[in-house]
Amino acid sequence: MEHATQQLGPTLVHSAGYLWLIPLFPAIGAVINSLLGIRIQRTLGKKWNHGIAIAMMTLSFLTALRAFAQMLALPGNERFLQNTLWNMLTAGQLRFDLAFALDPLSMMMVLIITFIGTLIHVFSTGYMAEEPDYWRFFAYLNLFVFAMLLLVMGDNFAVMFFGWEGVGLASYLLISFWYTDIEKAKAGMKAFVVNRFGDFGFILGLFLLFWSLGGIWEPRHDARSVSYVPEIGYKANASAANPFESTGPRSADVHGHAIPLGPTMNFRELRDQVVIESTGVGERLRHQTLWGVALLTLVGMLMFVGAMGKSAQLPLYVWLPDAMAGPTPVSALIHAATMVTAGVYMVARLSYLYAMSPTAMGWVATIGVLTAFFAATIGFFQYDIKKVLAYSTVSQLGIMFIGVGVGAYWAGTYHLLTHAFFKATLFLGSGSVILGCHHEQDMRKMGGLKKLMPVTAATYLVATWAIAGFPWASGFYSKDEILFKAFTQRGMELFGTPAPWLGPAIFVLGILAATGTSFYMFRSYYMTFTGHYRGGEGHAEEHGEDPHAAHAAPHHVGHGDPQDDHAAHGHSAPAAAHGQVAHMAHALDAVHAAPAHDDGHGGGHDDHGAHGGSPHESPRSITWVLVTLAAGAVLTSLLGIPLLWSGHAPILEHWLAPALPAEVTFLHTSHATEWLFQGMGVAAAAIGWFFAMKLFKDGKSRVPHDLKHRFFGFWTLVYNKYYVDEAYHAIVIRPALFLAAFLSWFDQHVIDWIVNFAGWLARFFAAFDDAIDKYVVDGAVNGLGGLTREGGRLFRRIQTGRIQTYLYGAAFGSLLVVLLNFLFR
Amino acid sequence: MIPTLSHFLAIAALLFALGLFTVLTRRNAVAVLMGVELMLNGANVNLVAFNKFMVGGLTGQAFTLFVVVLAAAEAAVGLAIVLSIFHTFKTIDVRAADLMRE
Repeated sequence: MEHATQQLGPTLVHSAGYLWLIPLFPAIGAVINSLLGIRIQRTLGKKWNHGIAIAMMTLSFLTALRAFAQMLALPGNERFLQNTLWNMLTAGQLRFDLAFALDPLSMMMVLIITFIGTLIHVFSTGYMAEEPDYWRFFAYLNLFVFAMLLLVMGDNFAVMFFGWEGVGLASYLLISFWYTDIEKAKAGMKAFVVNRFGDFGFILGLFLLFWSLGGIWEPRHDARSVSYVPEIGYKANASAANPFESTGPRSADVHGHAIPLGPTMNFRELRDQVVIESTGVGERLRHQTLWGVALLTLVGMLMFVGAMGKSAQLPLYVWLPDAMAGPTPVSALIHAATMVTAGVYMVARLSYLYAMSPTAMGWVATIGVLTAFFAATIGFFQYDIKKVLAYSTVSQLGIMFIGVGVGAYWAGTYHLLTHAFFKATLFLGSGSVILGCHHEQDMRKMGGLKKLMPVTAATYLVATWAIAGFPWASGFYSKDEILFKAFTQRGMELFGTPAPWLGPAIFVLGILAATGTSFYMFRSYYMTFTGHYRGGEGHAEEHGEDPHAAHAAPHHVGHGDPQDDHAAHGHSAPAAAHGQVAHMAHALDAVHAAPAHDDGHGGGHDDHGAHGGSPHESPRSITWVLVTLAAGAVLTSLLGIPLLWSGHAPILEHWLAPALPAEVTFLHTSHATEWLFQGMGVAAAAIGWFFAMKLFKDGKSRVPHDLKHRFFGFWTLVYNKYYVDEAYHAIVIRPALFLAAFLSWFDQHVIDWIVNFAGWLARFFAAFDDAIDKYVVDGAVNGLGGLTREGGRLFRRIQTGRIQTYLYGAAFGSLLVVLLNFLFR
Repeated sequence: MIPTLSHFLAIAALLFALGLFTVLTRRNAVAVLMGVELMLNGANVNLVAFNKFMVGGLTGQAFTLFVVVLAAAEAAVGLAIVLSIFHTFKTIDVRAADLMRE
């Protein structure tokens, strides 16, 4: 690893007092819709629910654009907008501000989130139109965007972590949105719990980083630290003679800028400390070890565990396919475009840390490529269109991690951008298909939809083209850049052992994954959109099976207010109200159509009753979004035209350069090699496409069927996702349950026995003590009392009350005295 | 036979003892009072005898006169008490007056 040739300066900050508005708007929308949403929906109608949500998203997007404009006007190395609201917590050297920051990297993320987020809100108005809990959906969606914006805009780890947990919560709420279906509720819980595992790693990494940054800590006997003296003296700090006494942060002076040193949770301060060599922090971090492992490596690996959970990497990816239980717009926004890329964003944000540890880089890239390959193979044989896309997302996230792992940070981030667009298109396209086919997700029951849903088919094809990696659509540029950079990266290490072969190996697996991606994506396209429609007419029964419909129906019936409840409308007075007898037979179709009238999106729905159960194109709110996103999937390619083609660095690389200060060296290669690699990328895509077309186009070929029966064992293995869920069940859940049962037994039999024994012992001693009390202490007291009483009884006889008796006593007493006087003279 | 101090003292002791005996044994309250007079007079004999044989002068006789006067007063108070006892208990038997037990 070489160091920067020129000395990097500290981050120059421009304040922008309005940044807090960007996350505020969705928060307002979430609050309004969650507190008042149900009343708004009842009294004013659903259009107000989504009206508020979309308005807030649009305002947020416009504010982000304003920030973008301000940033564009600044010189490249000063593009850093910062906005501190207030101090949340100060404890010793730990200091958290509620602060937002935008640099080119988070700017890109914010634009993706607000733009695609707005579009998906619009899409949801069409997709969720029949949903009785409409307000809840938009409240959650806005909540998610709020949390995601906190995640990417946080100026320090604390705000980022709030967002990190917030998106987890929103994801949980949205996956189990139809919570009456136990499977969907379970999927939500699974996502939440698996993410907790990752978050645990993340937070450990965070603590370790904070700890390692502290200049003043006693080295443990087993932790070795290089004696640390910053080369440049601390800035005048009143009583800085003894660093133990000074409470304020120490700072080093670089180019006249004070750079605070010491533990920090602030990204900017961390970057300044680590990147600027004269502070000595980077050098120290590199040589610090803990239990024989470089501390930096440990930090990087642990933080990546967090990314594994959030971004669905091996082995914590299992929640993402199940997360498809949520509504499709959620899958598009959260589980494809934004939330799952949080891990990639985090690695890119901390690129300067990862770049210093070849082992951490190797770890990230290896996990990435394994995930990419593994998930791609599962995608081959899935029949559920959303499951295909889910595994594809896992696979693409793996590719992004290859990018940020091998040090091609801008390329990984670029793939994040392009993936956000084409995968959102694909998911929303699948949503449109699912809506059109009346909540059918099985591709075997689709086919031939190209004629019935032309816009959906076209946009799906464009997005497939992009993800497969053909030139002129965005996926090609990002994926090839990543794989090429992986091939030319020779400096990575695998658990401390130099592994120059790792880069090429990653390239080989990655290109195989890319081929697979192309294959299964075109397979899904051909199965869904070409050939004949295989759905049949038996929709009434299917709706009975469909969990969504099964859930929706009782809800509709149970709703008491006929004023806005369209389903109740459709059930109670169908023919008279709509003049469409067919609605009686296809109750759910009525559910589709009625809100569409209400929303004014239902242009294509008026003849709904005529074609009954056959698929239909989605309303304009959906197709319009699809077209916009598909255009985005193509146009984002302009941001990444490689150096080789245009003669200057890609726009996005140039844009992101100030935010990604890590210096990673790659092998220098000739132009011919680069052309070769681009050719290989295209060839991979073409091979995948060719086989998919041969096997699945129009659904005519019998080969897939024959192959399936030829290799039935292998097919079953892959179809069941390599039994990973079952393996989890056997390896994690069963032992956990067994442990729980054992501990329960242990508790009941051993702990309880000990407690009972102690209780018995106490009772025994109490009884003993009681006896002592009763017979010894009480006996003494009673004895004394009795003695007094008996004595009294005895002596009261003397007290006769007669003077003469007393006189006897006196006389005898006197006599006695006289006698004694004589006796003892 | 010339009487000596011891003769007087013996008479005095006899008188005192008889008085004491009367006080201790008689049940009639008036008799008890009479016993008290006897005891006082026994003491008077002592006073006069010691004055005559041991000291000289008239101190003993003066004391005796005081005692006689005192005895008269005592008898008056005593008889009043006896009357009160009689009022209360309808008897002058001293055994009845046992209220000091209470």
